[in-house]
Amino acid sequence: MMMRISKHHLFWPLTVLAGLFVFNLLYDPGFFAIRVQGGHLYGSLIDILNYGSPLILVAIGMTLVIATAGIDLSVGSIVAIAGAIACLLISRGEDQHSLALFAVAVAASIGIALVLGLWNGLLVSGIGIQPIVATLILMVTGRGIAQLVTGGQIITVSSDPYSFLGAGWFLMLPFSIFIVGFVFVIAVLMTRKTALGMFIESVGGNPTASRLAGIRSKSVLLAVYAFCAICAGIAGLLLSSNVSSADGNNAGLWYELDAILAVVIGGTSLAGGRFFLAGTVVGALIIQTLTTTIYTIGVPPEITLVVKAIVVFAVCLIQSESFRSTIVHRWKTRRYPAEREVTRGV
Amino acid sequence: MKMNSKQSISLAIALVVIMLFTAACGNSASTGGQGGNNQQPASNASNNGGGDAPTQSADDKVVLGFSQVGAESGWRTANTDSIKASAEEWGFELKFSDAQQKQENQIKAIRSFIQQKVDVIAFSPVVESGWDTVLQEAKDAGIPVILTDRAVDSEDTSYYESFIGSDFVEEGRKAGRWLVEQYADATEPVNIVELQGTTGSAPAIDRKQGLEEAIQDNPNLQIIASQTGDFTRAKGKEVMQSFLQAHDDIDVLYAHNDDMGLGAIQAIEAAGLVPGEDIKIITVDAVKDGMIAASEGKINFIVECNPLLGPQLMQAVEDVLAGKEIDKRIVTEETTFTSEEAKAALPDRKY
Repeated sequence: MMMRISKHHLFWPLTVLAGLFVFNLLYDPGFFAIRVQGGHLYGSLIDILNYGSPLILVAIGMTLVIATAGIDLSVGSIVAIAGAIACLLISRGEDQHSLALFAVAVAASIGIALVLGLWNGLLVSGIGIQPIVATLILMVTGRGIAQLVTGGQIITVSSDPYSFLGAGWFLMLPFSIFIVGFVFVIAVLMTRKTALGMFIESVGGNPTASRLAGIRSKSVLLAVYAFCAICAGIAGLLLSSNVSSADGNNAGLWYELDAILAVVIGGTSLAGGRFFLAGTVVGALIIQTLTTTIYTIGVPPEITLVVKAIVVFAVCLIQSESFRSTIVHRWKTRRYPAEREVTRGV
Repeated sequence: MKMNSKQSISLAIALVVIMLFTAACGNSASTGGQGGNNQQPASNASNNGGGDAPTQSADDKVVLGFSQVGAESGWRTANTDSIKASAEEWGFELKFSDAQQKQENQIKAIRSFIQQKVDVIAFSPVVESGWDTVLQEAKDAGIPVILTDRAVDSEDTSYYESFIGSDFVEEGRKAGRWLVEQYADATEPVNIVELQGTTGSAPAIDRKQGLEEAIQDNPNLQIIASQTGDFTRAKGKEVMQSFLQAHDDIDVLYAHNDDMGLGAIQAIEAAGLVPGEDIKIITVDAVKDGMIAASEGKINFIVECNPLLGPQLMQAVEDVLAGKEIDKRIVTEETTFTSEEAKAALPDRKY
């Protein structure tokens, strides 16, 4: 039984997350305090869910791309562009609070994210550029586009429906959680209840074999890059709506790296062919919990990144099966040099 | 296994392409649409047989190369606009480059200015340290350098003609003095939390130091938490939210710029507290959004940091080129605003 639990792909990510929580519990039990504040729940755990939701969204999209043995570096830029376009449209509108304007802004941002995703997909599947290079193009130019849209300024909006998206509350919980939940459920249903998931894994495992088996690998690739971009677009809306402003320069900066990290921590291999959506969500939560923990315990800003790096390094080591087996092997054979000699002889 | 070696080769190729690509990008960004111009200085140099002195461009217009930090906040935008507008007014040709908060971009930009043999180089250093090599290159090329808004920590001050900008330590002291005044007869500890700017940047270091200097004589004033918010609204909000979770007795927030303060205000409101009353808020900069918040009483005290230093910069450029001695340190004029003063000043603010 124990073996079966520890073999489950969620075992190690959840252990790490639990480890972070235990650390916080020992450091300050108040970390887990949740109270009702102004008609909704309030506490560090809620903050982690709220601030972690854009990262979870981006990471869900990234998981599917990585499952096809690809990678999408442009998500951070798409986050910035989506937020910039939504805020620009709303700030231009006559009545910023109008629902129609809000709907137009959201539709336009997601539409443009979709176009950008199709562009990525086309470069990868149609022209056959390496994913890392193909998406790098948009990563660099996208940030420029976002700055062009905002004119280098921070666009501030005051729109009730828009701010509800990333800072609103629903059933006492941050509304962003429900958006994330919705996207997650869709992703899981699409990939696990239809053949799409198998197609994705098969394209990632062996593109030629899957093509010979009759899978249209180009369409599959196009679809995952488009989906990833839409996820990034929604994340951009959440991020900019959370502070009611769009910052073309800083929004979503380095998000692609955090997202890739979340996917890897979640147990999905960068080599493609297998993916774990739930693992990715846990991975993203680990990253956000770590960030919040660092703020809460007051790590000096000069060494924040070092602390983060050490934890991530440790997490990656724990996750690695060959590292664990090496440790176990060393432990078991530590005092018996003679015996080791014998087994080696055999 | 065959697949693997193929993959690793293609990965290596991808990496090389990335390097080429990013290097090329940096260049094109810093030269700012000066496409084929890179060849020109070389031919110029050969004509002059070495060419130590900066060659005047054909139409005799003064060429100023300016490398900006990046568009991080409304303050920076006002600063950029002021420099662009005054360059036009003075009739200088401005080569403007945006470093996007990265020192390497700025160094590339300065190198490309040297290559293009501009008359004067001005820049706002992203961080304080690591400038000696590139400044030495400018010095060797005989191009005067003027620092704006942020300083460098080079021992050798002959690297630059002048440093035009605010005195950040003084800004911190102004904030500290107001605090000391407000809490002069406080009998119990006053808990201060601090949102620092970008780690390692001059304003973050100096504004922190200034405040600490000013409040050190009053043992009741204590900074209980200090963390970087990267000068951005989103980070300001996120960090403030964790401060509020970790400490339930925060009296004062000191934010190194308005944007972080504005983000923090949202966090304070989300915690069911009243910004400006339950938690007193001090920020630096006085950009428009900050002044509006101050006039609404959400920010109690703003120390101005004047971004409109374009005219002073152009004057200095003109003087340097005319061979006049200029001051090593030109301080911009700045003031402070309480909520009431902000309300009165708001209609006339340019930015």
